[in-house]
This record gives sequence, structure tokens and C-alpha cells, in this order.
Amino acid sequence: MTSLSHLQRLEAESIHILREVASEFQRPVMLYSIGKDSSVMLRLAQKAFHPGPIPFPLLHVDTTYKFREMIEFRDTQATQLGLKLIVHRSRPAVEDGVNPFIVGTQRCCQLLKTGSLLEALAAGGYDAAMGGARRDEEKSRAKERIFSVRDSAGQWDPKNQRPELWNLFNSRLRPGESIRVFPLSNWTELDVWQYIHVERIPIVPLYFAKPRWMLVRGDSLLPVEQPFVPRLPGEEPRLVMCRMRSLGCSPCTGAIYSDADTLPKIIEEIVSFRRSERENRIIDHDQEGSMELKKREGYF
Amino acid sequence: MLAPVETQAAFDIDEFLAAERTKDLLRFTTAGSVDDGKSTLIGRLLYDSKNVYEDHLKAVAKSTVNRSAGALDLSLLTDGLRAEREQGITIDVAYRYFATPRRKFIIADTPGHEQYTRNMATGASTADLAIILIDARNGVQPQSRRHAYIAALLGTPRIAVAVNKMDLVDFRQDVFESIQAEFTSVLSRVGAHAAYFVPLSALTGDNVVNRSARMPWFDGPSLLEHLETVEAAPDVEYAPFRLPVQRVIRPHQDFRGFAGQIASGSVRPGSAITVWPSGRKTRVKSIESWEGPLTRAFAPMSVVLTLDDEVDISRGALLTAAGDLPNVSRTFEAHVVWMHEQPLDPAKPYLLKHTTGAMPARVVSIAHRVNIQTLENEPASTLAMNGIGLLQVETARPISFDSYRDNRVTGSAILIDPATNATAGALMISAIVDHHSGPVTQGERSARYGHRGGFVAIGERPHLAQLLERRLFNRGANAVIVSRRIPGLEQAGVLAIVTAQAGDAWPANDDAAVDAILKHLEHSGILISEHDLADGEGI
Ligand SMILES: Nc1nc2c(ncn2[C@@H]2O[C@H](COP(=O)(O)OP(=O)(O)O)[C@@H](O)[C@H]2O)c(=O)[nH]1
Repeated sequence: MTSLSHLQRLEAESIHILREVASEFQRPVMLYSIGKDSSVMLRLAQKAFHPGPIPFPLLHVDTTYKFREMIEFRDTQATQLGLKLIVHRSRPAVEDGVNPFIVGTQRCCQLLKTGSLLEALAAGGYDAAMGGARRDEEKSRAKERIFSVRDSAGQWDPKNQRPELWNLFNSRLRPGESIRVFPLSNWTELDVWQYIHVERIPIVPLYFAKPRWMLVRGDSLLPVEQPFVPRLPGEEPRLVMCRMRSLGCSPCTGAIYSDADTLPKIIEEIVSFRRSERENRIIDHDQEGSMELKKREGYF
Repeated sequence: MLAPVETQAAFDIDEFLAAERTKDLLRFTTAGSVDDGKSTLIGRLLYDSKNVYEDHLKAVAKSTVNRSAGALDLSLLTDGLRAEREQGITIDVAYRYFATPRRKFIIADTPGHEQYTRNMATGASTADLAIILIDARNGVQPQSRRHAYIAALLGTPRIAVAVNKMDLVDFRQDVFESIQAEFTSVLSRVGAHAAYFVPLSALTGDNVVNRSARMPWFDGPSLLEHLETVEAAPDVEYAPFRLPVQRVIRPHQDFRGFAGQIASGSVRPGSAITVWPSGRKTRVKSIESWEGPLTRAFAPMSVVLTLDDEVDISRGALLTAAGDLPNVSRTFEAHVVWMHEQPLDPAKPYLLKHTTGAMPARVVSIAHRVNIQTLENEPASTLAMNGIGLLQVETARPISFDSYRDNRVTGSAILIDPATNATAGALMISAIVDHHSGPVTQGERSARYGHRGGFVAIGERPHLAQLLERRLFNRGANAVIVSRRIPGLEQAGVLAIVTAQAGDAWPANDDAAVDAILKHLEHSGILISEHDLADGEGI
């Protein structure tokens, strides 16, 4: 008797979703955020259309505050895999004086992420955008559909979602509407890491522990990649053995103390963790329910 | 400090991954009325099986919407969106994930309230097991019967009945047993599978994860132990082979592959298959995958097949085992759960999405509606949101299907309202309808004639009457000119042009009057707009 493991089932389901998107929409695009979830989604896309090429472009919305290592990784991947990658880069935010310490994390996200994402989607005329979000990431995501309709302003109405039964996705859109699709909806953080390990999927080195310069504030480790990160009186960066659990803009991504410098060690760490992965993303701590607010506005 | 907690012995990742590979997956859904304790139960399952992160617990502890003072309110672990939390209720389907050393679980959490039928049907559509909660104080309620009925309708292979709040009935055996006896007969009456009954308290944790010392009279496993050990849905691997084609993969002239997720059964290179709806026969040449060619593939794998012959196949086709044929028909009977605020309107065109194909469809007739209180069938001309009924459906082109009982993938479909794009109905196909037997229904008539029975009064204008009759006749209508209304005619689906009765003041010009009358008939829903019949390709 043969049967599929949990991971193989998730993989088969995600491939089904990716093929539905590619077949039902005129101009689909895959949001590529360079993180571990995007890396998994990219591999699934390669598998879904093999031996053909991935039939849609990848889109990276560059807030200009990403880690340098992320950008390098992205460009190497694109060349090595022959990807059709579109980078939507707003003008350097520093020039406009926009950073989370001046305008606040929420406003900064709204301006640099949500704003440019909507701009990029409109510019490309995309009717479907696939993202690597998972339902286990955050409470408000638990109710997200796999096919999630957005109105013409790119906004989400959690009260008016289409019921989703079996694996039958309703992809009908009115003019101006678009759809966000989440092929990894049913994956957990541990599933993602196991899959990366089993499939030997390349990921950004920032996920692996090594000594890095950090501002140490209580339990928080703040990367000093951007010069504008304010220092407390007498505060100096320290060299700390640490890694990133999830990746975003460098000023808002907290690192964690860790010596997990291999995939097995990372998986071991995840298994023993008693804290959620988003906790180290400062952005979600502004106010209770803030992720839901951002999503309503059009954030992924 | 976020340092990992100490682990016993050395952690061996290969051992861990090997153990993970033996883990399978159980999807379950929860059903219960408001306040039966669903949120608390799920919170308890997650909490006692150590699947809750510290920061989530902290957030619950400090939440401003804590409803029950004192102890940690575990229901908040699963409560969803802000708007819902402010109202103190949850109103949709939410998905949760947890794992134990034996199994991984996906919960479709469908909180109870007025829209319950629709949410439960959604959650149950992908579930291997349904947990039905019954409040020990209240016993079997009409809602409990409804939950059993929906679980049976959606074909959830297994049912577990959690008799909750046992702490409030002093953990009494007789209370549990009388509920078990009564509900067992309910389950068999609705045709549901046999169930596992467990007495528990979500609040105190008795029999949820850990066996209860306060109910020594119960010697069955705890709810979680049951979830961990119950045989997951019998695999669809041994059913006849079915693969709905999602996409043709054609990287170059020499390769033509058909991509799809296997719905049931298995194939090997050389397997004889038939392509539907054409009925062409061919053989599997190879099974392609990223890992290389496969010698065998089975449900629910996503694969690419190449075939021996150049058969014309596109998205929406169904590949099946050559010996085990699906039904192919334009008309079929299906149970429906109505999902939309706008009631089902048999005169309205819908789109049907079935496997990977979509096409215009109509509801020919409503055989009956199920009274969800009494579970009796009753006649109906429409179905409101959360309504359940049996429909006869006609599609623009033949579809290839199995009965839902045999195959949840090829036997299910959704109806989409093309005016709003809403997912309006969930269909579980039961049988082919033989069009040429049984009484002619109103739905069949309106499908054929393009209108319902009705009348329009035009007054003494013989030329207008004749022009109008001709226009209607030419578009297939069953219209007649009569001097006065004959109710029997209209009930039989005839469109009567009544001349004796002075009508609304139609335009004096006869041509303009015909246009105005047609518009009026469309507007009032008697005449089905020709525009509505436009093909729904490109869904
Ligand atoms: N005494 C007692 N109260 C319970 C139990 N389970 C839930 N409750 C309480 O019943 C109320 C409703 O529970 P909740 O989980 O929100 O119900 P839901 O509406 O089904 O999600 C809350 O006040 C719970 O604390 C139980 O086993 N025993």
C-alpha cells in the first residue's frame, strides 16, 4: 500500500492551485518576496508546469529597505533559474524621508509596501496575484480564502467572502476586481522548513545563524543595516550570534538569538519553539488586530 | 530569552524527518450551536496538546474582550477577526493547524449561528471527520439533528459526537448514555456513518486530550486519542481512475502533456484510459514529474500524463479508467445547499463549475426542499440562503461525473450567479435524470420556452396582439392570444396575451409597444432575457 505523506499532500494541493490560476486568469503574477515561503512557492511553480516553463512572471515589490543579502539572492536566483522577474522599486524612500522611525511602522508599511504593491499590480494589469501567505501565520489569516477577491481599490472585505468548497475555486471577476491567491494556505511554518530541507531549496543566508551586528534591546535584536536606525544614549551595536526567523524590511525585522546554522538545526529550533514566527516582526505589534487592518487596505 | 528549550538526548533530524514521513493528515470540522463550546473545545485541544505559542497565550490573557472573567478563556485562541470579536461572535470558517507526534491535523472551524448550514457545509466539504457538539444540559436539539444531516449530506466519512459541559451535569453517566442512545438513532435516520461518542468538558479538559478521572465509568479514549487513531478517510486510491485535465503542457512540438490532480484511483504507463466527453480511447505513455518519469501515480497526486495517441484534449476533459465509465449527461439530479442571500431562482441562468470546466446551467426544477427542522421533504419553488433541496439541473454541454457518494471530486459542483459572480450553490450530484419520463415540470417548461407562465394585458389592439405573438413565437415562446385571463393556462406555463382587459398604457405605435412589452416581461421576470443566456466561457 502506498499513500502520500502530509508534505506530499500539501504539495499536490498547491500544484493544483497554481495550475488553476495559470489556466483561469488572463494575467497572473506571482509575488516573490525572497523569503522562505516564496522560495517554496517558486519550487512548486517549477514542479507544476514541468517540463514547461513557469507560465507567469514573478514580481518583487522592493521597498528599498530590504536586506542587501536578499537583493543579491533574488538576482542570483533569477539568473540561475531563468525567471521572468519584474522588480517594482519605488524611488528610494530615504529621499522622501519615509522610514518607520519617522512616520511609524504602520504608516511606513502603508506607504512603501501596500501602496507600491497596489501600484505595481495596476501597472502590470494583473488580474491574479499569488502570494506565499499561510493561514497559520496570524489570526486574521485563518479565515482567508485560497482565492480571495479584492475590490477595484485592492481592498479585502472579510465579511463578504465567497464560500470555498471542495477544490472548486470561483475565479469570476468583475471589471476592476482582482484576486489574491494563496497556494500555501494550508502549510505551517514547520511544513515549509521540512520541505526546504527535503527538496534542498536554496534560501537567503540571513535565515542561518552567524555573528551579526545588532542593537540589543531587551529580548529584541535590531539590525543596523540602515544608517537611520536611531540609537539610545550610549548604545552601540554588538556582535550577536543570531538569525532571522522571517524576513521583511531590515528596520522592522527582529533577529533571534540562535546558533542554528544548518537546516536540521533550524528545524530542531522550530520544533522546540514556543513562540510564533511573527512575534519578531515588529510591524505586527503596533496594535491588536493590526494585520487585519493592513489587509483590508490591500496589504498581502 | 528565545533560546530553544532543552531537548532530550541529541536531536536527530533524519530520525525526526523519517518519523514525520509516517505521519498522515486528518482534516476535521466542528459543528455545534452557539455557546455549545466549540471555540473552547478547539482552544483546549490546541492548549493541552501544546500547540499554542506563548505570545498567543499572552495576547489572550491580556485581551480586552475577555468574556468570562477569571480563568484563561481558551475560546479566544481561535476567535478570528476584529469585527467579529467586537460583536463577541465568530461568523465564518477559519482553518487551524496542529500536530501531535502521531498525526497532523487541519481543523475547519465553523462557528454556529444563523448562517450555520452554509458554513458547516463548506467546512465539511473537505473534512475526513466531523465533530458534533452537544451540550449535556440541553441534550439532542433540533440543531444537533441538522448537524448530523449536513455531515451525512456532505459525505463526511466519519463522525465523532462530543457531549460537552459534563461538569455541569455532575459527570453523570445516565445523562451521557441517554444522549448517546437518542442521537445514535438520529444518525442512522439521516444516513450518517456510525459515530464515536465521548463525554467531556472543554472548560476543565476532562476527556479532551487527557482521560478524565471524574468519569471512571467511561473507558473509551479521549477525543484527541480518537482523532489520532481513527483510520483516516479510506483512500480514494482504490476507486476507479479519474483525472480532470487542468491544463495542456506543451513546451515544444514533441511534448504534449495533460496536467491534473488525480481525483481517484491510480495509473501506470500502459494503462488503458478513455477521454471524456469524447469517449476516445488511448493509453498512458508516460507519467511525468519534476522528479522524473514515474512508474505509478495515484490519488491525490498532481501529475502530467502523456498519451499514446494524438487525442484532442483540453481543459475540462476527464480522463478515466477504460473499464469504469463515468456518467455523461446534460441533465442530472443533485442535492444543493444554497449559499447566497439571493434565493435560488429557477428562471435565472447560472454558471456551473464542475471539476475544471465551467458552463451555463439552469435549474430545471426543484424536486423538493428539506425542512431542516423536521428533516421532511416539502414542495418548494425556491430556496433561500442555507436552504437544502434536491434539484434537476441542465447544463449547456454534457458533463462527465460520478455520483457524489462514489466520488467527492467528480460528483461535486458549484453554481455561480453570473450577475454577481457569487458562489450561490453547492451541488452534490446524485444521478442522471432521464428527461423523457415523469411529469413535465415548470422548470423544464421555462427552460424550453424561455419564460414562465404569465400574462400581459394589451387591450383591444388586434395588430399589436399579432405582432407581439409573432415576436414571442419566433424566440421559442409558448404564447397565445386570449380575450380574457384563463388561470389554468398560466399555471401550465403559457404566456397569455390578453386582449379584453385594458392593459397599462403601452405606446400608441405598435412596434414601440412590442418593445416596451417585451422589456416589461423581462423586467417582471416572466421572460428570460436573451442576454442572460450568453455563454459563460472563460470562467
Ligand atoms: N461549564 C462549562 N462551560 C463551558 C464548557 N465549554 C464551554 N463552556 C462555556 O460556554 C460558553 C460558550 O463557549 P464557546 O466556546 O464560546 O462556545 P461556541 O459559541 O460554541 O464557540 C463560554 O462561556 C464557555 O466558557 C464546559 O465544558 N463546561
